[in-house]
Amino acid sequence: MDPRQFPDKWGRFGQFGGKYAPEVLMPALEELETHYLALRENPAFLAELDLHLKEFVGRPSPLYFAERMTRKFGGAKIYLKREDLNHTGAHKINNSLGQVLIARHMGKKRIIAETGAGQHGVATAAAAAKFDMECVIYMGRVDMERQAPNVQRMLLLGATVVPVESGSRTLKDAINEAIRDWVTNIDRTHYVFGSALGPHPYPRIVRDFQKIIGEETERQMMEKEKRLPDYLVACVGGGSNAIGMFYNFLDKPSVKMIGVEAGGHGVLTGMHAARFAGGTLGVLHGAKSYVLQTPQGQIAETHSISAGLDYANVGPEHAMYRDSGRITYTSATDAEALEAFGQLSRLEGIIPALESSHAISEAMRLAPTLPKDTLLVVNLSGRGDKDMSTVQAAMAEVAAAKAAEAAKPASGKGPSGSPGACA
Amino acid sequence: MNRIDAAFARLKESKKKAFIPYIAAGVPGRDETVEIVLELERLGADIIELGYPFSDPMADGVVNQTAANRALDLGVDADAYFAMVAAIRKRSQVPLIVFSYLNPIFKLGIDAFARRAKAAGMDGMLLVDMPVEESEDTQAICKREDLSLIFLVAPTTTRERLDKVLAGGTGFLYYISRTGITGEQDAFQKDFESKVAAIKKGSRLPVVVGFGISKPDQVRTVCGLTDGVVVGSALVRRTLEKKPFADMLADIRTLIAPLAAPTKETWN
Repeated sequence: MDPRQFPDKWGRFGQFGGKYAPEVLMPALEELETHYLALRENPAFLAELDLHLKEFVGRPSPLYFAERMTRKFGGAKIYLKREDLNHTGAHKINNSLGQVLIARHMGKKRIIAETGAGQHGVATAAAAAKFDMECVIYMGRVDMERQAPNVQRMLLLGATVVPVESGSRTLKDAINEAIRDWVTNIDRTHYVFGSALGPHPYPRIVRDFQKIIGEETERQMMEKEKRLPDYLVACVGGGSNAIGMFYNFLDKPSVKMIGVEAGGHGVLTGMHAARFAGGTLGVLHGAKSYVLQTPQGQIAETHSISAGLDYANVGPEHAMYRDSGRITYTSATDAEALEAFGQLSRLEGIIPALESSHAISEAMRLAPTLPKDTLLVVNLSGRGDKDMSTVQAAMAEVAAAKAAEAAKPASGKGPSGSPGACA
Repeated sequence: MNRIDAAFARLKESKKKAFIPYIAAGVPGRDETVEIVLELERLGADIIELGYPFSDPMADGVVNQTAANRALDLGVDADAYFAMVAAIRKRSQVPLIVFSYLNPIFKLGIDAFARRAKAAGMDGMLLVDMPVEESEDTQAICKREDLSLIFLVAPTTTRERLDKVLAGGTGFLYYISRTGITGEQDAFQKDFESKVAAIKKGSRLPVVVGFGISKPDQVRTVCGLTDGVVVGSALVRRTLEKKPFADMLADIRTLIAPLAAPTKETWN
C-alpha cells in the first residue's frame, strides 16, 4: 500500500482515525484542514517554515554515530538521530512551530495545548512567544510534579500553565481540559495538538511536520554509509516522533521499523501504557485506534515512568501499520528504560529523555543480535534534563528495594535503604 | 411513531413546548434514579435524557463530570443502566433518551447496545462525540430499531453542516446555546436569538435548546423561539448533594416546577 494515500478524505488510516469530535469543533476542524491544505502548496509559507526550522529550531539535527554504545553491544552499528539537540530539547518543536504558523495564517491570536512530559508544552510556549501569541498549556497535576523544570520553562516563556486535577491527572486529563477550553473559546483559539492523534486533520498535520526527521535521516545516512538504514527504532506514546522517523521509509521495504511502547511495571501487571499489547478497538479524543479500556469501554488508568508515553490511545496511523505488519511494536518497562537512561549517559555523554530511553532500551536488546554491518537508527526524541528528579527518586526506590531484599532472610522485613546509597 | 415523535406531535397539537430534563443515571443511586424520573414526569417532563457514564466526558463541565464519576464509582454499567430503564418502564411511558459518548457504546457494540436499549424501552440516542459524518452505521441501526438518533447543533454549525445533520438525524435537533461545555449560566450569548431562529427556520425537525439553562426567564425566551428546552447541570447538581433523599426530591421540585411552567403555557 502507498503510504501517501493515508489518511483518506475522511481522515481514515484503514479502519483507524476519523473525526470523532463534538459538533462545536467540527467547523473548526474543517477550517483547519482547508487552511492547512492551502498552506502546504504555498511557497511563501513553506519558505517561512523552512527558515524558522533552520534558525529557530536548529535543523537539521545531527545523525550521530554512537561508537562506544556500538562497541559495547557488539552488533549493529548504532546511530542516534539527535532530536534532543533541537531548540527546547525535543522533536516537539517541529510540530509546534508549524502549527503556530498555521494559526497565524488563520488569524487566531490564542494558542492552547496539552502536555504530558512538558516537552510539547515548552515547545508550544516557545513558538507562541516568538510570534507574540497568548498561550495556555494544560498539564495534569501528577505530570507537573514529575516534570517540574518544564513547568518553570513554560512560565518563563510567558505561557499560563493550568493544572488539571480531574481523573488520573495525567496526559489524558490534560487533553480533556484542553478540548473543553477549545470548545469554549473556539473563535479565537487554535489548539496545537502535540501528537499524531486526535480528530482528523491532526494526525496528518502532526505527521507532516514531523516527517522531516526521517527525510533528514535518509539524507544523512546516504552521506555517511551510502545506503539506507536497516532498522529504525522509536518510542511510541501518541506516536509523533516515531511516525516522523518512519514515514519517509514506509515505502522502502528493506527498512525495518520498531515502535516501543511504555511497558510500565510490566505488561502482565496491567500497569503500563502498551496499547498494542493490552488495548482494544475504541474511540478516544477524536480518533479510533487501540485503546486501553475496560470491557465496558471506560478508559483505563495507564502507568509509565515517562509522562510522555503515559496515555491510553495510540496514533491511528501506527494502528494501521501494526495491523498490516509493516511496523513492529514492542515495549520496554520502567526498569529497562531507567537502565538505558543510565547506559547512554555514561557511554555517550548524552542524557536521553525517559521517553526516548524506551527506544534506547530496545536498541540495546536488538543490536547484539544483528550482524556488525547492520545499520540501526534510534530516534533520540528528546533530552533528559527534565527527568532528573524522577530518575533520582526511582533509583532511590530501587536501592531501597535492594536493601530490603538483602535484609530479608534475617528479619523478614528489612529497614529501607538510604536514598543516598544509590549513587 | 416512537414515543419521542408522538410527544412532539402532541405538543404541537396543544401548542405547548417540550420540557426535557437530563440526569446522570444511577446518581445518587439506582432506585433513586427511578424515583427521580417519575418525579420529573409528574413535574411536567415530556422527554428525559438519561446520562450513561463515560470516564472522559470531554464536552462536560465539572457538575456532569462529577456525576459521571459518581455513577462509575457506584458501578453503573450496561446491566445496571438497562435495569433502571426497565424499572422505569413498569411505571411510566415517558420518552427516554440515552445520552453518552461514543466509546462505551462502541465497545459494547452499537448494534447490540441499540437492541438492548430498544428492548428495555428506550426511545432515542445522543452520542456527544459522534458527529453526523461518523454515524452512517448508527443511523441504519437506529432506523431498524426505531430509535431516534439525535444530533447536537452548535452556534458554530454552518448552513452546510446543518443540512448534513438534518439528513442524518431524527427525533429532534438539540441546539447548544453557546460554544462551550455543559454547565449553568446567567445569560445567553449575545447573538443567541438570531442564531437559534435561523436554525429553527431551516429545520424540518423540532429544535430544542440546552446547555446552561437554569432560570425560568431563559426557558421563556427559548419557548418563544423553539420547540423545547433541556435542563441538565442545574438538576444534576441537586442529585450530587449529600442529604436525605426526601430533601433531595424537595429541592428538585423547587428547581424544576418554575422551569417547567413556561413550557406548559400556550405558545402560538
